Amino acid sequence: MSAQEFFAMGGYAFYVWTSYGLCFVVLLANIVLPIIQRRQFLRQLALKQKRQNL
Amino acid sequence: MSLIPDPVGRFFHRMASPPYFYAFTEKLMPWLTGIFLILLAGGLYGGLYLAPTDYQQGDSYRIIYIHVPSAWMSLFIYMVMAAAGAIGLVWRIKLAEIVAISSASVGASFTFIALVTGSLWGKPMWGTWWVWDARLTSELILLFLYLGVIGLYNAIDDKRTASKAVAILALVGVVNIPIIHYSVEWWNTLHQGPTVTKMDKPSIHVSMLVPLLLMAAAFKFYYVIAMLQRARLELLQRERTANWVKKMVTEQSQ
Repeated sequence: MSAQEFFAMGGYAFYVWTSYGLCFVVLLANIVLPIIQRRQFLRQLALKQKRQNL
Repeated sequence: MSLIPDPVGRFFHRMASPPYFYAFTEKLMPWLTGIFLILLAGGLYGGLYLAPTDYQQGDSYRIIYIHVPSAWMSLFIYMVMAAAGAIGLVWRIKLAEIVAISSASVGASFTFIALVTGSLWGKPMWGTWWVWDARLTSELILLFLYLGVIGLYNAIDDKRTASKAVAILALVGVVNIPIIHYSVEWWNTLHQGPTVTKMDKPSIHVSMLVPLLLMAAAFKFYYVIAMLQRARLELLQRERTANWVKKMVTEQSQ
């Protein structure tokens, strides 16, 4: 099977790859967003503490 | 003599302590991620490359490897959410409440994926993006239940009260779960019947079944990872004034 055949998915490329792409994006966002938000939150807490200690 | 073995009881007792939970989940993360990636790679390779083309549906059937595991997860996570909610409601364990609400966004995502990939599979195979049949409609109601849980939680400022309200809503919604599961048997429409969970022999070939089970296992691990990431954020926000958080922030900013 060539790479071209593989990506063509027997003519169903649009349906198959849209499904997989969407799944990938949604699942990635569910992991990345809470990590970013947690880091931001920790940074805010650190800033607040510094201000209080001045 | 207690019903639960001592080490297991001790483990859950310690996990209910916020600083221990926060530290332990951090150490656990690389292991969970490693196992998840191995299972995912195996499932994708088997499903997209090794598994043969279906004799009726061509290659469009390969959507099954994300559609079915996502649909399973949408039900599984709901049950975990309702159970954790009930535990939080009865014993007022803060971490059970956090597990419940952290499951909601992951569950909603899987429900959304199941619905959209089903639609993308339905268009070429059934000739329509959507039908108002029992399976599709009850799964859509599941999405609304998840969104209801998230919305209700965010609408109430006191998070202990919010968790109580959310747990009750989640428990009432459990009635929808058997309806989704049995809908394809009770009402015969476009959606096909079960091919894997049939009591006799699954009516799916082993070369197609193995990648499906690998993907299902991978999604289970994914759920634990995503839920724990959300739980760690939620925990910090709730415990912002606690001594262990203050101590950790001081140590990190030095």
